[in-house]
Amino acid sequence: MLAVIKTKIEHLGDVGINLVESSGRLGVFLFNILARLWMYRFPLEETIKQVLFIGAKTVPLILISGLFTGMVIALQFYDTLIRFGSVELLGAAVAMSLIRELGPVMAALMVIARVGSATCAEIGIMRNEQQFDALDCMAIDSYHYVMLPRLLAAIISVPLLTAMFDTFGIGGGYIVGVLIHGVSDGAYLVGMADTIVWNDVWMGIIKSFLFGLVIMWVCLAKGFYLHIEQKQSGAVGVSQATTQAVVLSAVLMLFVDYIVSSLML
Amino acid sequence: MTSSNKSIIDVNNLVTHYGERKILKNLNFSVEKGEIRVIMGGSGSGKSTLLNHMLALLTPTSGSIVIDGVDVVNANRKTLLKLRQKMGVAFQGGALFSSMTVGENIKLPLQHHTELDEHTIDIMTRLKLELMNLAGFEDLMPSELSGGMLKRAGLARAVIMDPKLLFFDEPSAGLDPVTAVELDELILKLRDAMNMTIIVVTHELESAFKIADKITVLFDGEIVITGTVDEIKSSKDIRIQNMINRRARDEHLDAEQYIKRLTTGKN
Repeated sequence: MLAVIKTKIEHLGDVGINLVESSGRLGVFLFNILARLWMYRFPLEETIKQVLFIGAKTVPLILISGLFTGMVIALQFYDTLIRFGSVELLGAAVAMSLIRELGPVMAALMVIARVGSATCAEIGIMRNEQQFDALDCMAIDSYHYVMLPRLLAAIISVPLLTAMFDTFGIGGGYIVGVLIHGVSDGAYLVGMADTIVWNDVWMGIIKSFLFGLVIMWVCLAKGFYLHIEQKQSGAVGVSQATTQAVVLSAVLMLFVDYIVSSLML
Repeated sequence: MTSSNKSIIDVNNLVTHYGERKILKNLNFSVEKGEIRVIMGGSGSGKSTLLNHMLALLTPTSGSIVIDGVDVVNANRKTLLKLRQKMGVAFQGGALFSSMTVGENIKLPLQHHTELDEHTIDIMTRLKLELMNLAGFEDLMPSELSGGMLKRAGLARAVIMDPKLLFFDEPSAGLDPVTAVELDELILKLRDAMNMTIIVVTHELESAFKIADKITVLFDGEIVITGTVDEIKSSKDIRIQNMINRRARDEHLDAEQYIKRLTTGKN
């Protein structure tokens, strides 16, 4: 009995140590990347390439998911508002929920699904195939050449993708509210313009900026430290690291969401 | 061990562990300039670990590794970066970047460390591809190359900066005999044409005997012998003879220990 309790306590201790180690590694990793901004020239060409992958190639997904999210929100709000006779508030409700909350969160989730997982797998495979060792041996800094452009591209792309998501979401709301259910287009658009203030827009921008940082930071780190953190190597290790990266970045993103909302509301 | 003026690598009292397990046990050797040194040993002998230490990718428990006058164990980042520009490394699987073409991979060090214009870089890249019998392959992706071609492309990238020192990890592993011989010829050509010091880590006897000026043989993390090909061949050490004659290790089996291992899973 005593031995079982001892084993449980030891296991708990191991989990605690791993958590502290892992958090420390994440912190050092981010510091190392950001330090390269001052140590080397700005990696413009590589960052543009990554904006193409992270940003431009995600646009179709963002537009489609934005449109349908806006449509379904409008449908739900219409069904609720009509019971209180306040259907003219539809535009404001759709825009407010999209700009402050759903736009940044949904766009970030789409980026995690399309870009975060792919990036973590790519970095993990680079680690498995000794490509980081090769970079070190060629005296090319991995943080500057591989990590920094991806992180910067995510920070630039996610707010832009969020703005597109919001715009198409509001458009989707217009289709359902005005074109399908006959809400006055004046009420939809003017109600929206009257209600939304700059603080709401800033909240969305700050959130999406931080989401871009958190997503790419976690996904890069999970791939980069594959050889340290994963018990199994090869394809299984890459798959486990990718799963962990997706889960951790999504949870951290929602945590940051709550913190920013509570600070700005 | 004192370093001679002619030596480019000096490994002194090198000890390294993975966790509790001692991998390299007090290694001492030096490599002279212009030499082809082959480091041999079976699986688990510590030869890849030794290579990673010489490349400063791992930090040893104790001891020093001096390469071209720089103690790589204690060198700061800047010194190490400068030293690495004088070194080339060809990895076992090539370690080419899968998102770039073969040509882009090979020219990467030149783009990062020189001020040469793109046209000159292209010419130098093609020159190295010609040397490796890979002319016309620069626009292919690494996934379109065979194992031997990947190794040669990796070698082209390793020598693009005309390094003083070249490390080559398992050049013959996984290759057919003809391609393996071609790579051996290439290594000899590189030494003769560019006066490089070349360190080759391998377990292929035939290849080692063909290219080596000297061979260092590792067994269980210790150096058994360092000598010329003739000295290795005439060594009386039973482990060397087993290796040359491809005989299995004749391990004495303790009956009690064997039963314990089977029943408890522990030694």
